[in-house]
Amino acid sequence: MSATTAEEPRELQDPRLGTKSAKSTKRQNALRHPDRRGRSPIFDAPTRTGLALRYLTLVAVLLISIGPMLWELSTSLKSKAEDVFTQNIELLPQHPTLGNYGEVQRTIPVWHFAVNSLTVAAINVTGNIIGATLAGYVLARLKFKGRKLLLGVFVSTLILPAEVTIISKFQMITSMGLGDTILGVCLPDMIAMTNVLLMRNAFLALPREVEEAAVIDGATTLQRLRFVGLPAVKGTLSVISIFAFIGAWDDFLWPLLVLQTPDKLTLTVGLSYLDGQWSHDPRTIAAGTMIALVPILLLFMVLQRFFFRGVSEGAIKG
Amino acid sequence: MRSHRFYTPWLLMLPALVWLALFSVWPAINTVTLSFTNVHQLTGGHFIGLKNYWLLWNDPHIRDAMINTVVFMVVCVPLLTLLPLLLALLVQRQIPGIAFFRTAFYFPVIASAVTVALIWKWLLDDRGLINNLAQSMGFIHKTIPFLTDRWLLLLSAVALTVWKGLGYYMLLYMSALGSVRRDLHEAAAVDGAGTVRRFWSVTVPGVRGTMLLVSVLIAVNAMRVFSELYILGGRTGGVGGQDVSIVMLVQQAASGSDGRLGYASAISVFLFFLTAVPLLFLTRLNKNAQEES
Repeated sequence: MSATTAEEPRELQDPRLGTKSAKSTKRQNALRHPDRRGRSPIFDAPTRTGLALRYLTLVAVLLISIGPMLWELSTSLKSKAEDVFTQNIELLPQHPTLGNYGEVQRTIPVWHFAVNSLTVAAINVTGNIIGATLAGYVLARLKFKGRKLLLGVFVSTLILPAEVTIISKFQMITSMGLGDTILGVCLPDMIAMTNVLLMRNAFLALPREVEEAAVIDGATTLQRLRFVGLPAVKGTLSVISIFAFIGAWDDFLWPLLVLQTPDKLTLTVGLSYLDGQWSHDPRTIAAGTMIALVPILLLFMVLQRFFFRGVSEGAIKG
Repeated sequence: MRSHRFYTPWLLMLPALVWLALFSVWPAINTVTLSFTNVHQLTGGHFIGLKNYWLLWNDPHIRDAMINTVVFMVVCVPLLTLLPLLLALLVQRQIPGIAFFRTAFYFPVIASAVTVALIWKWLLDDRGLINNLAQSMGFIHKTIPFLTDRWLLLLSAVALTVWKGLGYYMLLYMSALGSVRRDLHEAAAVDGAGTVRRFWSVTVPGVRGTMLLVSVLIAVNAMRVFSELYILGGRTGGVGGQDVSIVMLVQQAASGSDGRLGYASAISVFLFFLTAVPLLFLTRLNKNAQEES
């Protein structure tokens, strides 16, 4: 976690500095605030009430952030016999059923959509891992003519929001004959310039001496990238992979423009048509929403350790 | 001693260079070129000078979109600059179970805009949870038309954006908080400054740089909003079609059987200049800060 790693060294340092300083600050603290006033919520150990208040606030925020999702989940499990519009609100379904998920499946080819989304995500993750690693390594570690200029070009693309060039990309994809295809959806984002720069930053942190030693040992560029570079940038690599997957799975505007044929849609586009166009039942729409939501949340929960660790290593998307 | 052959860098960079040229540089140039033509998706077109920009200037939908963008920015920038900082302070300390809370607070960021918009649409429905709850508790007697009133729909989309953005900016603040100086906090505490006072005069100045970056990001993202308004407004930008965003106008112009790519490009160029304003502001401020120090 980013914040803790920043704080941990400090906590680790204290014992190393010797007991003297720790003791003296403790005494000073006691001298300074006998009534324990002016405690820092960030740095001081929490009091019991302070801790209880903290947990209370955490739970309140938790309700706000995932409460709506839980309500949608509950709605998706309610049977047709249950009135979902009533003012007698039932938080939990009385007779939980998966019937609505079957209803989604009968209304739209939802598994087909899921496979399409998964395909786009897999291609984007692979493309970004390969493309961004190679280019990031070159930009960070190899000397060649025009490197500064090239780096400038990469950086300057960052000020260009994706939406600005979307029409031109759309025209290009259709003129390539890739309109209304999954490949057309994948292609533009297969190597994102942001990821190239993130990988460059990660490779920059590697000490030069290690690499020079490898050069003297006769390692080729690719060997150095594989055995010296890659092990040091795992954190950033996992962050760009997670971002590439989520970005592709969640993307909406671009596939909405490119895809038309119903069985080629990705999940987000399919869901946008399900709502109001192919279904008016909130239970069915809720079930469809859950099919898009649950996998990505589960994936994130499994990978969150790598994600937060990578973020703390400096891989944050701006 | 040379570490590599002269062509190695170019060879390794080839994929990224192709993508840079094909999907970043060329589309940027081509968008500007297209904006001076009346190219249609199927029928092609030719150079028409500034006519698209003249059309844009007189387009009543652009006016609606601009008003909506301003509302988005005015509400989102202060809320999303401040709330995530408080949230970051809340989850910063290592206490049991905190990893669970951090992950859960990040859930709305992970979820796609489409799914969270559908979730909120059901919450805000005339017969949804919020209206039913408010009625059964006797706060209101008539339903609140969150999804049909022009301004309520806009504010709902803003609220959804704030809710979805909290976790993202929280993460940005969390790394910044690590560099807030402990000794300053302690010194201020000794001088009798309370928690609130120390928040404003120690924590906030300590994360000032991040705050600036975050508010610029929020402003730019407010200009790029699309999915939230598209889903909540039922694909048309609300009942009267007034709840549109700039990006939605781009999408509307380009879709359909014979999309007006030329006009859509002109709106895109306009959008680019809008998003450049906060970014320029940021570089200017950064430069000033550097000169001071």
